Amino acid sequence: MSSIIGFYSLVLSSSLSFLIIFFSIKNFRDSKILDKRIVSLSFLQFFLVLVSFLGLIISFINSDFSNETVYNHSHTTKPLFYKISGTWGNHEGSLLLWLLVLTLFIFLFIIKSRQQPTKYRILTLLFQQVIIIGFFVFLLKTSSPFNYIFPVPKEGLGLNPILQDPALAIHPPILYLGYVGSSIIFSSALSAVSLDYITKEWATHIKQWVLISWIFLTLGILLGSIWAYYELGWGGFWFWDPVENVSLMPWLALTTLIHCVLVLEKRLILTSWVVVLSISTFTLSMCGTFLVRSGILNSVHTFANDPERGLFILIFLFTLIFLSLFIFFFFHKKNHKIDNSIFLLSKETSIIINNWFMMYFLSVILIGTIYPIFLDVISSEKISVGPPFYNKLIIPFLIPFLFVMTIGPKLKWIKSDIKDKIYLFLFFLISLLISILIIKNLEINFLLNTILITFAFYLFFITLRDFFVIKNKNLSQVIAHFGFSLFILSILFNNFFTTEIITNLKVGESYTSEKINIKFVNLSQNQNQNYKSYVGKFTIENDKGNLTIMEPELRIYNQPNITTSEADIKTNLLSDRFITMNTVQSQDYFNIRYQIKPFMLWIWLSVLLIATGGFLRIKKKI
Amino acid sequence: MYGRKVKLRFYFIILILLTLTLSIYLVLKSLEENIVYFQSPSEIKNVAELDKKKIRIGGMVKKDSVYINTNEIGFIITDFKNEINVIYSGAVPNLFEEGKGVVAEGFLKDRNFFTASKILAKHDENYMPPEVKAALEEK
Repeated sequence: MSSIIGFYSLVLSSSLSFLIIFFSIKNFRDSKILDKRIVSLSFLQFFLVLVSFLGLIISFINSDFSNETVYNHSHTTKPLFYKISGTWGNHEGSLLLWLLVLTLFIFLFIIKSRQQPTKYRILTLLFQQVIIIGFFVFLLKTSSPFNYIFPVPKEGLGLNPILQDPALAIHPPILYLGYVGSSIIFSSALSAVSLDYITKEWATHIKQWVLISWIFLTLGILLGSIWAYYELGWGGFWFWDPVENVSLMPWLALTTLIHCVLVLEKRLILTSWVVVLSISTFTLSMCGTFLVRSGILNSVHTFANDPERGLFILIFLFTLIFLSLFIFFFFHKKNHKIDNSIFLLSKETSIIINNWFMMYFLSVILIGTIYPIFLDVISSEKISVGPPFYNKLIIPFLIPFLFVMTIGPKLKWIKSDIKDKIYLFLFFLISLLISILIIKNLEINFLLNTILITFAFYLFFITLRDFFVIKNKNLSQVIAHFGFSLFILSILFNNFFTTEIITNLKVGESYTSEKINIKFVNLSQNQNQNYKSYVGKFTIENDKGNLTIMEPELRIYNQPNITTSEADIKTNLLSDRFITMNTVQSQDYFNIRYQIKPFMLWIWLSVLLIATGGFLRIKKKI
Repeated sequence: MYGRKVKLRFYFIILILLTLTLSIYLVLKSLEENIVYFQSPSEIKNVAELDKKKIRIGGMVKKDSVYINTNEIGFIITDFKNEINVIYSGAVPNLFEEGKGVVAEGFLKDRNFFTASKILAKHDENYMPPEVKAALEEK
């Protein structure tokens, strides 16, 4: 029943698009004020998609297996929480969520943009409707969440157990808020270009949307990363997996955009650049969806794939790119009246320099992600591009990037010079000393790492000083940049000081080295709602004689029959201790991985700090 | 001869071109050095010269071929035409099982022995690495 309601309200909602477009065009031609009907219709459209989405959720809760999506992704024994999160844990449901957020955001945009010119608002709505219609067609034609199956199966196929996890339950909605937020930026930029409305007011107005999408995207990526850390059992948080890369690319574009919008707001320069970035952010988000959903990528996330879907998104994507490029080249006028001189030593120059670096990082990731696909298509040679590629190309360039990040905010707009900045030099010396002290005892590339850590510490100290010393500081910038320095430092130290032991043990056996003794004490078995769990008990004794008990777990889910390993992680401020165990094919041996990972907690906290920076910026303006 | 502005712009363009060339060169060079090729056991049997670089081998884990002791795990990867012995000391993923698809990354010792440094298996019971699927379909 709920599926039927869901389906019809979805169809009804899609037809509303045409009504909205009709009224919008009429309104665009002959009226100075926005037609009230457009606002109501936008709300109605959102409401109907919401009803449809709730219908799907209810089908999932009731385990209504006459619905194909529910049948494919749910099971009666699944806990309620994962029945609900299973709604968007699959292709069809997640697209419905995309659509829900799309309609919600355009409604919010309409009611939040009252101060903006009417024509601009209507045109943005029209562009957004083009995207919305695209998604409606995609959803109804290739991946309807409400397909009916007969005879009705008694039991569903279940949700992939690695998705049955709290972090991953909220990861997709948050990430989508970020992705879809960029669609508003896209539509708005196109409409501003068409109406020649790229002004300082526009920058102030769109900045809020950029920040909101950016914050959600940041948090979404963070959640995914935390999940990968404890669930995939490799002890890492970033694998340069294609699916991770496709979320990082729009993030980089958005981060660049935030900085450019600030320049635009202050000086009305870089107009074309802002438009190009707005277009590419959304395009990259769409690419992300395309690559993940088409099954082209060989990745941990490849669950559902269907060539027809891939083809559709590809066509849709190219239509949007073509449309936006057309508008950009034909409507964009360069305003020659304004003063667009740029001096070498100024805030905008430093922002532009770091823009270049971020674009470079983005291109590296783009090439690393799509080159294997490209090569596969033209020569059917199968390759993979691993972490060394990214590390080699990105890490060295972090050095100038960090330096500009430190000095840039110290400069003034338009033209500036450095004077009376003895402390800048002093802090640099301190950072250099600290990093030499840290690095000299390690067997790693001395020069590169020392310089890198010096500059990371430099940013760290300077932002820390700004936080306490400067009165009229730009708090959000200081916090976000401080967070970034902490982020880089934590990752570096985490890499340098991680120790790892991998061994195979039977129950009762122990692994002994000079520094550590790991004993496999016993194995107990529990029956849970939809899985059987084996909990191993390990005692770990370090060289100081401290004893820790750790209990990693193996879960064997009933439907689908998949084994997952749950790491046991002991976190404290300084380091994480991480242990996982795995079975090896009906043998008595268990494969044990024990890691000590310093500063893990600080990686998560620093990303939260970066997001907080963005959040404070929004608060400031409202 | 030329104004200061023209000169500046000229330098700027030169700078951009240099940066672009440099970064493209870096990316391509690094790509060449760091890509990992995928091969099936049959391909390894048939190539004229063995790859010294890191490669990936994919196929099925042969039934009853897994052995394990404290230090290492050994198994045979097969594409049902040819097979190769793999020795591995590291963490195995959850879905590593006999009769299931697997991808091992590492170095070839000779045509019959492979020392793996990483084992990839995927997180879905129906999932088969695309390379394995392709290798099996060719059969």
